[in-house]
Amino acid sequence: MSHTVGHEPILGKFPGLEWDEEAGALVVPAAQAAKIATWLRDNDAFLLDYCSNVTGVDYLEREIKEKVTNEAGKTETVIRIEPSRMDIVYHLYSMQKQTGPLVLKQRTNREQPEVESLTPVWRSCELQEREVYDLFGVNFMGHPDQRRILMWDEFEGHPMRKDYTEPFDYEWEPTPHDEVLERHQRGKVIV
Amino acid sequence: MTLLGSGIFKGMAVTFRNFVGSYFHRERLPTNDYSWRTEGSLPQHAGDYPKEEGEQLRDTTTVTNYSRNFPMLLHDGSEPMDTIRCVACQICERSCPPQCIYIEKSTEKKEDSSGKMQFYPATFDIDVSVCMSCQICVEVCPFDAIVMNSQFELSTPNRFGGLLLHQGDLLKSNDYYHKIHPEEAAARDKRIADEKTAKEAKKKAAAEAAKKKAEAKAGAETEAGDEKKEVAE
Amino acid sequence: MSSPTATAPNYELIQQDGLETSLLEVSMGPHHPSTHGVFRMDVKLDGETVVDLQPVFGYLHRNHEKLAENMSYLASMPFTDRLDYFNSMTNNWAYALAAEKLVEIEVPERAEYLRVIMAELTRLVNHISLVGFFINDLGALGTPLLYAFREREKIMDLFEQASGARMMCNYFRFGGLRNDVPEGWLDRTREVVDRFPDFLDEYEKLLCENEIILSRTQGVGCLSRDLAISAGITGPMLRASGVNYDIRKVDQYGIYNRFKFRVPYTDDDVGDCYDRFMIRMLEMRESIEILKQALRDIPGGDIIGKAPKIFKPKPAEAYARVEGPKGELGFYLIADGTPKPYRYRVRPPSLINLTVLRDMCLSQKIADAVVILGSIDIVLGEVDR
Repeated sequence: MSHTVGHEPILGKFPGLEWDEEAGALVVPAAQAAKIATWLRDNDAFLLDYCSNVTGVDYLEREIKEKVTNEAGKTETVIRIEPSRMDIVYHLYSMQKQTGPLVLKQRTNREQPEVESLTPVWRSCELQEREVYDLFGVNFMGHPDQRRILMWDEFEGHPMRKDYTEPFDYEWEPTPHDEVLERHQRGKVIV
Repeated sequence: MTLLGSGIFKGMAVTFRNFVGSYFHRERLPTNDYSWRTEGSLPQHAGDYPKEEGEQLRDTTTVTNYSRNFPMLLHDGSEPMDTIRCVACQICERSCPPQCIYIEKSTEKKEDSSGKMQFYPATFDIDVSVCMSCQICVEVCPFDAIVMNSQFELSTPNRFGGLLLHQGDLLKSNDYYHKIHPEEAAARDKRIADEKTAKEAKKKAAAEAAKKKAEAKAGAETEAGDEKKEVAE
Repeated sequence: MSSPTATAPNYELIQQDGLETSLLEVSMGPHHPSTHGVFRMDVKLDGETVVDLQPVFGYLHRNHEKLAENMSYLASMPFTDRLDYFNSMTNNWAYALAAEKLVEIEVPERAEYLRVIMAELTRLVNHISLVGFFINDLGALGTPLLYAFREREKIMDLFEQASGARMMCNYFRFGGLRNDVPEGWLDRTREVVDRFPDFLDEYEKLLCENEIILSRTQGVGCLSRDLAISAGITGPMLRASGVNYDIRKVDQYGIYNRFKFRVPYTDDDVGDCYDRFMIRMLEMRESIEILKQALRDIPGGDIIGKAPKIFKPKPAEAYARVEGPKGELGFYLIADGTPKPYRYRVRPPSLINLTVLRDMCLSQKIADAVVILGSIDIVLGEVDR
């Protein structure tokens, strides 16, 4: 098996770098992504020369119910609101050392998402960051050629966002299948 | 340094060998004469094509035990609607990836083939223009009521609803299933029988255990009664 | 600190006697026969030389990821067949691996062996038809492609006997496989595998020394090692550029550590179209080695492990990758405790290998652009998803 890259030595090098235990990812502070990525690529201890996968994850604002013990020693359910955010995830490997993966995440807001492009560091981000721009609407600063890639240029909206709603389909025509689809859209639980 | 063009001639030799060889060895033929051929008859003629419903294509290498086209509903007896296995639980409808199944549950119960009162589907439609033959409905069905058919001649001139198969089109007997997928059907029937015997054995064991428990309880009570008697004496 | 990119070649626009030359813009596709599907190349030409090239795609986009996020984990399995429709078995495997990382399921021994057998047969199918298409792009219409398809057909029949479908197999399940292979299937596979090297010998005789193929492919579409690594190129294309990187060796997913096989790669640090073609020919030989070992050692037993009845993983993230015939195929899943994945992402090797199409085509002739595209080995079902 390939060896995973330890994250402890990286944490001390850059202030503001955080380790997200649940996701198993390094969360990069704003506007430092390119600097850290270059360091990871060129440092002899890591040599992460291969960026495999780039993608976005859209988190809506959500309520989390938690059980908390209060001062009186009783447990009670507290509703915590987790703010919405947008994650850009990079999976890094080293071809020279045959190690990996190290997961890098850039966090940004949902309203005006803007992160640093890592295309200057790894060319493999070029098409994938274009895809994230197209489907999530994230603005990559420093991307050499940021255009829509899968949807056409005149398309409005970003379909992979969780709150995206389909526009009216002008090519729609009735089929015997419509009733089935409608029933499914009425929100059935999928087994 | 080899002669220029010798590589091309080597390649031509291969082509020539294949061309001549194709008259003598079938595996040299780049085209595959399909299913409806009978063994050893070349060229195939239309008479070999299966005509009756359920008649199998003769070459077992191409239409196989697991071949699947569109789903069908199984029934056990001679009266399709009386012995239908489906109980309209709608699990297949919910797990169908392209969402092509439409079921309406009956309002009242009816006896099924084993005499148990069950619901049955009032409507069971499959839109085979949407179905992608993935077989997930077969896997999730807890009643072995839906299996894959290998019938493929379904073309129709009607675009709207012509490819919407209704319950009547979908119902097929278990015998038909045995005819098209003999091994799979046998394995399925064996599994159902095993499950049934296991269930019965479990029921029996449970009943026996309950009986024993009751007996033991009764025994304990009589014993206790005896003791009381002894004390009283 | 920038990553390597190719620069546009120099060209001069000549003005003479009141006439002037200009660049010719050609839109190749989306229905051009050489583009392997609905794919377009916007090419700028100076005479016959390519001075700029932009790949345009998305014609087959159906947002597979969004679809998968709205249905159960198992229901996405048949849709993965439709990504790279030549290799549905490896697509299934990558997805099953990712899901098995979320919920720890032990895969039975027999299922692991059958998975390897299916994946290597898929590799044979993909490489043999790719070589056929590649030669077709060179202008050898028909003959080599039909020979390749003749052999592919035999493996397709094996797939049909095992899974019920020839291309959309939908055969893998979380924790194993859907059903056991029918009786006699392993013997038939042994027969096909034993005879395949004879066909490869003949095919090599037909193609590998042909002077026309040599002159059309050698020195065409050069890709340097540094650019290949930086651009995330994977699969045979990476190994043709001189990098010894095979995920079967690096990750040893499944039971690949039990088989003896070699990874073909060039010792040069530049790969051209001929290298990519030859690497695939050599890889088929190694696949046959793996198949022989797997068919020799396969044990009996169960075909599927103990998987939960309702697949509902705890909140977690998983990234699993396999060495698909086209390159690294990865699945990235984020579970949130519901029966649907919160995020489902496919890392498509075909799309990422297209990153360097422009770099390889610059300064080449327009006829070679077709050859270079053919040597990348793309399938539009996967590029557009």
